[in-house]
Amino acid sequence: MSTNNQGEVVKVSGPLVVARGLAGARMYEMVRVGEAKLFGEIIEIRGDEYSIQVYEETEGIGPGQPVFRTGEALSVELGPGLIRSIYDGVQRPLDKIAAQYGEYIVRGAESPSLDRSLIWKFEPVAKVGDHVVAGDVLGTVRETKLVIHKILVPNGVEGTIKKIAPVEGNVDTVIAIVETDKGPRELTMVQRWPVREPRPVAKKLPPLEPLTTGQRVLDMFFPMTKGGTACVPGPFGSGKTVVQHQLAKWANASIVVYVGCGERGNEMTDVLMEFPELKDPESGEPLMERTVLIANTSNMPVAAREASVFTGITIAEYFRDMGYSVALMADSTSRWAEAMREMSGRLEEMPGEEGYPAYLGTRIASFYERSGNVICMGSDKRNGTLSLIGAVSPPGGDFSEPVVQATLRVVKVFWGLDDKLAFARHFPAINWLTSYSLYQEVVDKYANDHYNPKWSEVRRRAMAILQREAELEELVRLVGMDALPADDRLLMQAAKMIREDFLHQNAFDELDTYTSMVKQYQLLNTILHYYDEVRPALQKGVPLSRLLTLPVLEEISKAKLIPENKLEQFDELRSKVSEQVKGLMS
Amino acid sequence: MVTKEYRTVKEIIGPLMLIEGVGGITYGELTDIRLDDGTMRRGRVLEVHRDRAVVQVFEGTSGLAPQGVTVKFLGKGVELGVSGDILGRVFDGFGRPIDDGPPIIPEKWLNINGNPMNPYSRDYPNEFIQTGISTIDLLNPLVRGQKLPFFSGSGLPHSRMAAQVARQARVLKTGEKFAVIFATMGITFEEAEFFINDFRRTGALERAVLFINLADDPAIERIAVPRMALTVAEFLAYEKDMHVLVILTDLTNYCEALREISAARKEVPGRRGYPGYLYTDLSTIYERAGRIKGKMGSITQLPVLTMPEDDKTHPIPDLTGYITEGQIILSRSLHAQGIYPPVDVLPSLSRLKDKGIGVGKTREDHANVMNQLYAAYARGKNAKELAVVLGESALSDIDLLYVKFADAFEDRFIRQGEDENRSIEDSLRIGWELLGLLPKSELKRIRPEFIEKYYPENK
Repeated sequence: MSTNNQGEVVKVSGPLVVARGLAGARMYEMVRVGEAKLFGEIIEIRGDEYSIQVYEETEGIGPGQPVFRTGEALSVELGPGLIRSIYDGVQRPLDKIAAQYGEYIVRGAESPSLDRSLIWKFEPVAKVGDHVVAGDVLGTVRETKLVIHKILVPNGVEGTIKKIAPVEGNVDTVIAIVETDKGPRELTMVQRWPVREPRPVAKKLPPLEPLTTGQRVLDMFFPMTKGGTACVPGPFGSGKTVVQHQLAKWANASIVVYVGCGERGNEMTDVLMEFPELKDPESGEPLMERTVLIANTSNMPVAAREASVFTGITIAEYFRDMGYSVALMADSTSRWAEAMREMSGRLEEMPGEEGYPAYLGTRIASFYERSGNVICMGSDKRNGTLSLIGAVSPPGGDFSEPVVQATLRVVKVFWGLDDKLAFARHFPAINWLTSYSLYQEVVDKYANDHYNPKWSEVRRRAMAILQREAELEELVRLVGMDALPADDRLLMQAAKMIREDFLHQNAFDELDTYTSMVKQYQLLNTILHYYDEVRPALQKGVPLSRLLTLPVLEEISKAKLIPENKLEQFDELRSKVSEQVKGLMS
Repeated sequence: MVTKEYRTVKEIIGPLMLIEGVGGITYGELTDIRLDDGTMRRGRVLEVHRDRAVVQVFEGTSGLAPQGVTVKFLGKGVELGVSGDILGRVFDGFGRPIDDGPPIIPEKWLNINGNPMNPYSRDYPNEFIQTGISTIDLLNPLVRGQKLPFFSGSGLPHSRMAAQVARQARVLKTGEKFAVIFATMGITFEEAEFFINDFRRTGALERAVLFINLADDPAIERIAVPRMALTVAEFLAYEKDMHVLVILTDLTNYCEALREISAARKEVPGRRGYPGYLYTDLSTIYERAGRIKGKMGSITQLPVLTMPEDDKTHPIPDLTGYITEGQIILSRSLHAQGIYPPVDVLPSLSRLKDKGIGVGKTREDHANVMNQLYAAYARGKNAKELAVVLGESALSDIDLLYVKFADAFEDRFIRQGEDENRSIEDSLRIGWELLGLLPKSELKRIRPEFIEKYYPENK
C-alpha cells in the first residue's frame, strides 16, 4: 500500500474540511490543514476522501490548499508541569499563548504543552538492575507543594534498568535507560498518550470510600464516592457552575482536573483568580497547587470543545495511574454533546433524537466508564481513583432531553438542580426529593465506621421528615397551616429547620462554604434533637406556640457558622435545647 | 492578489447562491455581486466544494437571475473600516453611513468575526455600573464587562428601558471615556426613530455609534449587524480606552435570519427548526463582552430579545441564558398594572453581582438588603396566592404584613419614572423604608449591626 504524507483540500464547510490524497492516514490521525497549518483530526474516511474536524477557525481555507499528515493520533503530553496549567481543548497552554500572541487566540498559535524552561529535580526510586514493567515507578519529582509527581515506566516498555540517577533538568532530560528485548531504551520525564484511548489499569474495583465535598446536601443525603460518577443537570440560573466550582474547591481528592467545556470565559477567569487565593482545608496550601484547568469557552472553536473532555480525562487518568485520587469536573457535557451534534450534522450523518448523532449514548457512556476505583498498572499494585462529575445543561430545563437521559443511564449519582429553589434563593438548589445516590449504602457503612455510628440513622430520619413535609405541603396549600394537627406542625417546623439551617449553604460565605463531615453530623443531629425533645413536651400539654418559638431556635439557625475547631459548642447547644424544653414543662 | 470574477451562478435558493467553475476560493471569503443593472450586493462564502461555492447574499436574493449576475471573490473575509471618528455616526446594517455624513477614513480594517479572547487574558468584571433603575442596581447589579440581556415580550417597554439605561448608566468614578453602540436587527422604523431621537435629545448621540437594520431591511444582513457593532466596540474599548455599552436589539430577529440560512442549506435542524449550532453562534456574539487585563476599556452588553409567547424555555432565551451572565425578565402582568419598568424581580438574576457590590463599591449593607428584599417579596407573593385560594382571613398577621410589603414593593420600589435617575443610595433608602414595614425579627438575612444602623425607627 502506498502512503502519502501530503494531500489537498477539496471542501470546506465551517469546521469540517474534506481532503483527498492522504492514502495511509488512519481514523483520528492528526493533520495540519492549509498554508496556515491549522490543527485537525480525521473523523471519517470514504474511499480517498478524508473528513477532518479542524480545531481552529477555517476562514481562508479553500480547495487546492495542502493538508499534511502527522502520523499520530490526537495526543497529550504527560509529565511534570501539568499542575497549575491552563490549557485549551487540545492542550495548548493558554498562558504561554497569551504571552506569545496577545489577548486573542490567533490561528496556528503553537506552544509546547509542558514548559521546557522549567527545571525539575528527579529522585530515583528504582535501582540499577531492577526489572521493571509498564506502570512501575522509576522515581519522583516534587511538582508543587501538594503533588509529588511519579515518573512511571511508559506503556509497552519492559526490561532491566541499566542506568538511573538523580538528575536535574527539563522534562526532556533522560532519567533512566532500560534494557528491553528490542535494545536499550532511553526514558525521559515526559510521555505521550492518545486522548481517545483509555489508559490501561490492572484491575477495576467497586468504589468504597466517599468523596467528601464539604457541601452538606451532597455529603449527607446524596453522597459521591472516590471512583464514582455523578451528574448535575439544571436549567440556567440554577447554580450548576457554582456547584461545580464548590466541588473543585472542596472535594477531598488529591488532584482536580476542571474542564470548562463550551461555557463562559468569565467563569474560567473567576477560577483562575480565585484558586490561587483559596486554601485547601487539609494542607492549607493554595488549591491551584493540585489543579489542572482545561478551558475551551463557548466561543472557541467547536471541534476543540469536542476534544477538551478527552484531553481532560486523559490527564486525569495519568495522575490516577500514580495512585492518586483524582476528580474531574466537566462543565458542561451538554456543550460537548452539542459539539458532537454539530460535527455530525456537517458530516451529513443520519440524526437520532433532536438532531444528536445516534452514537450519543455510547460516547457519553464511554466517557463515564473511564472513571473508577482501580489497581494501577505496575508491580506495587497501588490504588488510584478517578471520579467524574458532569454538569448537564438541558434546554428549557427539560430533563427528558437526550443528553440528560443518556447520562442518567450511566451515572450513579443524580444531583438535580431546581430553578424554583433557585428563585427562592435556596442554594445549593439541589432538589432533595428527586435527587439520588446509588452509593448510599457504601457511604453509610463508611460513615458509620469513620465519622459517627449513628450517621446513617440520622440521615434516614432527616430524609423521612423532608419527604413527609412534601406530602403535608399539599394539604397546607388546600387548607392552610393552621388546620394541621399540632404534631404535624412540629414536623413542619423540623423540616423547615433542616431546609434552612442545614441544606441551605452559602458558597460565598467564608465559614459556610465548607463543612466537615463531623460537623455536618453534629448540625443535623442538633436539629433532630430539638424535634425529639419537643414532641414529648407537646404530649405533656406544653402549648405548641411556645415550642415553635423556643429561644434556642435562633442559635440553632446560626449553628452552621460554628467554627470547625469549636465543635463542642454543639453539645452545649443540645443541652440548652433540653433545658429550655424542660423549663416549659415545669 | 488576483480577484476572480464569475458569471456561472447555477442555483439560487432562499438567501443562497451556488456558483460553479470557481477556483482558488476560500471559506468565509467576501464577494461583490454585481447585477447587470449596475446595482451591487454583498455575499460571503459559506461552503466551498471543489469548484463549487455556496454564497450567502446579505441583501437577499430577491430580483436576482442566474444569468444576470457577476460574482467577484475578494480574497478576504468581511471587514469593517474603523476610526476614532466613528463616534456620533449612523450606519446601515452593513456598515455604510446613512446619516449624510462624510465617509469614514479608516485607521484600520478589522475582520468582523474577531478572534476568541484568550480566557487567560480576561480580567474579571467587578466595577459596579449605576443605571439609575432600582430593580437593576440594587437587586441585579450590572458590572463593567458583563453581558446582561433583557428577556422581553412583544408589546413590553424594553426599548424604553434600554434607552433609559443608555442615558443614565455611569460608573461611580468620574473622568472616564464612555461610548454607546446601538445595533438594531429587524426592529420597526418607529422603534429605531425613538432611540435615535432619544439619543439626539439627550446629547448621547455624539458618543454613540448606531447600526440600523430595520424590519424591512434584508434579513440576512442581520447576521452581520451584531458583529459590525462588536468590532467597533472592541476597537473603541481596547485601542481607544473607552468603556463601551453595546445594546443589541432584537436578537430574536437575528436568530430567525440564522434559521433561514440553515433551512436553505437543508441542515439537520435542532429544536424548533433552529440550527444545532445556534448556541455556538450566539456565544460568538455574547462572549465578545468583557475586559482584558492591562487594558483601560471594557465592553458591556445589553442584548434585548423578545420571547415568543413569553416562553423562557424557547431556544432563543434558553440558549442566551446559558451564555449570558444573568437576565432581566420583563413581566406582562406588572406592565398591565401600569408599573414601569415592569421588571419581574424573582426570576431575574445578575450572576456577577457578588463581585461588584459592597464596601468601597456600593455600600456595606447592599448584599444583605438585596437578599432580604428578595426573600420578603417572594414570601409576600406566596401569601397573596394563598389569599386568592383561601381568602384573606386565612392569612396570619405576619403574612398580612408581607402582603402589604409586596404591594408597596411593586408600587414604590419597582415603579419609577422614565426620567427618574435613582442613585444607589436612593434605591437603598427606599429598600429600607419598605423593610421598615416588617418587624426587625423578620429581617433574618441582614446582619444585626446593619439593622441597628439603617432600620427606620420612626414609623
